[in-house]
Amino acid sequence: MALLSFISRRLLQLIPTLAFILVVIFVLVRLLPGDPASAILGDRARDADVTRINAELGLDQPWPVQFALFVKHIVTGDLGNSIHLKVSVASLIAERLPVTLMLTAMAALIALALSVPLAFVAATRRGSLSDNAIRGSFQVGLSMPVFYVGLILLTVFGAKLRWFPVGGFGTTFLDQLYHLFLPAVTLALSLSAILMRNLRSAIIGVVGAEYVDFARSKGLSSRLIMMRHVLRNALISTVTLLGLQIGTLLGGAVITETVFAIPGAGRLMIESIYGRDYPVVQGLTFALAIIVSLTFLATDIVQAWLDPRVAR
Amino acid sequence: MRAIEAPPQRSWRSRFKVAGLPATLIVGGLVLFASLVLAVVPSLFAPYDPAAMDYNSILAAPSLAHPFGTDSFGRDVLSRVIHAYTIDMQIAVFATTGPLIVGVIVGALVGYAGGLAESIFGRIVDAVISFPQLVLVIAIVAVLGPGLTNMYIAVGVIDWVFFARLVSGEVKVQKRLDYADAGRAMGYTPMRIIFRHLLPNAITPAIVYWMTDMALAILLGSSLGYLGLGAQPPAAEWGVQIADGKNFMATAWWISVFPGIAIVVTGLGFSLFGDGLAELMRTKK
Repeated sequence: MALLSFISRRLLQLIPTLAFILVVIFVLVRLLPGDPASAILGDRARDADVTRINAELGLDQPWPVQFALFVKHIVTGDLGNSIHLKVSVASLIAERLPVTLMLTAMAALIALALSVPLAFVAATRRGSLSDNAIRGSFQVGLSMPVFYVGLILLTVFGAKLRWFPVGGFGTTFLDQLYHLFLPAVTLALSLSAILMRNLRSAIIGVVGAEYVDFARSKGLSSRLIMMRHVLRNALISTVTLLGLQIGTLLGGAVITETVFAIPGAGRLMIESIYGRDYPVVQGLTFALAIIVSLTFLATDIVQAWLDPRVAR
Repeated sequence: MRAIEAPPQRSWRSRFKVAGLPATLIVGGLVLFASLVLAVVPSLFAPYDPAAMDYNSILAAPSLAHPFGTDSFGRDVLSRVIHAYTIDMQIAVFATTGPLIVGVIVGALVGYAGGLAESIFGRIVDAVISFPQLVLVIAIVAVLGPGLTNMYIAVGVIDWVFFARLVSGEVKVQKRLDYADAGRAMGYTPMRIIFRHLLPNAITPAIVYWMTDMALAILLGSSLGYLGLGAQPPAAEWGVQIADGKNFMATAWWISVFPGIAIVVTGLGFSLFGDGLAELMRTKK
């Protein structure tokens, strides 16, 4: 019951967030210096085209009407049409977003695979040389920009050693995994640094807890204690942190896709910015913000389910 | 959120002290001092003009004459890395100082007022953090046009929230303490209590976060520069330089690799200094 009321309370909190997202995206396009249609068409715009585009975007109406229309369109899933690609923004997003989601999911898995064992070593041998080496190298990883890491991995493992493709996206699922491996590692590096740091201190915290002393006094093997009691409890906060990092991860995906020439939503975003294709920029910003809010929601629910104290 | 708190642990770094100060503070401080000096007077240290093109030494490998080599226009990479300190340190300071000031003021007022102001603020925080920050900054810059000023605006819209959240949490704790009651009993105005008495005790986490934030700002600024949305070529900026060299990575790696090292070293300087500062404040308490 506590969980159900928590979920409904949490769903209510989503309303102001969604309203804010809508307002920001609405204002965003109206921030365009001068007339949006002229900005889209450039200097050589003809008056007739300007009027047509303004009417197409509903920009000839008063602001409140524009906003109502905007909300109505979004609620019905109509995000407008791309100016250059001449297709609906919704279909573009449906085509490109799965690539980005696959990339971020792979990055999250790789980050977990990197950070869990290393955090375990660092926490159980606290203060040792390996602890310091692990934490030091992650600190350096955290200071490296994503595009720089990507460029170096691409050059070394793609261009020089030829172990991985230098960009693009495969056709079969396995081929896609192969193409996305280097980009996912790039994206995973700074995330794993954040996860590692959190998990290390969580493990240290749990090891000192009374229920672990109790398990030990029952004579359970230390291996069993570590796996069943310590790691499992320490992972709760790490999973939460992983959920909260989704925004950073998606932002990183925009850059990674550009570096590796992956046809995902991130690269579409950058291309649309260069091409001044504002309906696409607007639609993508909206879609990404929705994904982040929904991930936050899911994270909170999972956390409340794992740890009933949260729901209270 | 954890019911059982971790036993107090000292960071491994805190064991190293120089003249009674945390070593991280000293090392980070030295890196930042050097970065500031390079940012203010780059021409004292750069061997060449960062924009001077030498067509006789294009894509030259690192040598005594050009320690970091030259780029595809024959420009000296070392001189460009040094001159880029001016822009990138400016990004660190300009992008974060406004949000720091606004965030501290709003956070202090919200934390002291509590009630409705606090719940409204809480909703703002929720909404802002549910935006992928980089995506929003890219979208704002896309609309306003590429360039550093628009990047500062885009960062500022979001970033103040993080400072405000830190300060409001601290002020909320401080306002319940005896000395705040004493101030109220003395008949001081809330403004005087907040800004003269509570804030000095509540600002430390925000200052420590400021250091992290400046490192993040450099990462963001150079990312935008790399994408062509931040500082514009031919300006010497690390992200722009890395983009300049990206097509030559296999043959002339030095064009991109050295600016990247500058980003990492400066970022580490900020985070070490921040760690040291936090350590210093802890021991003082």
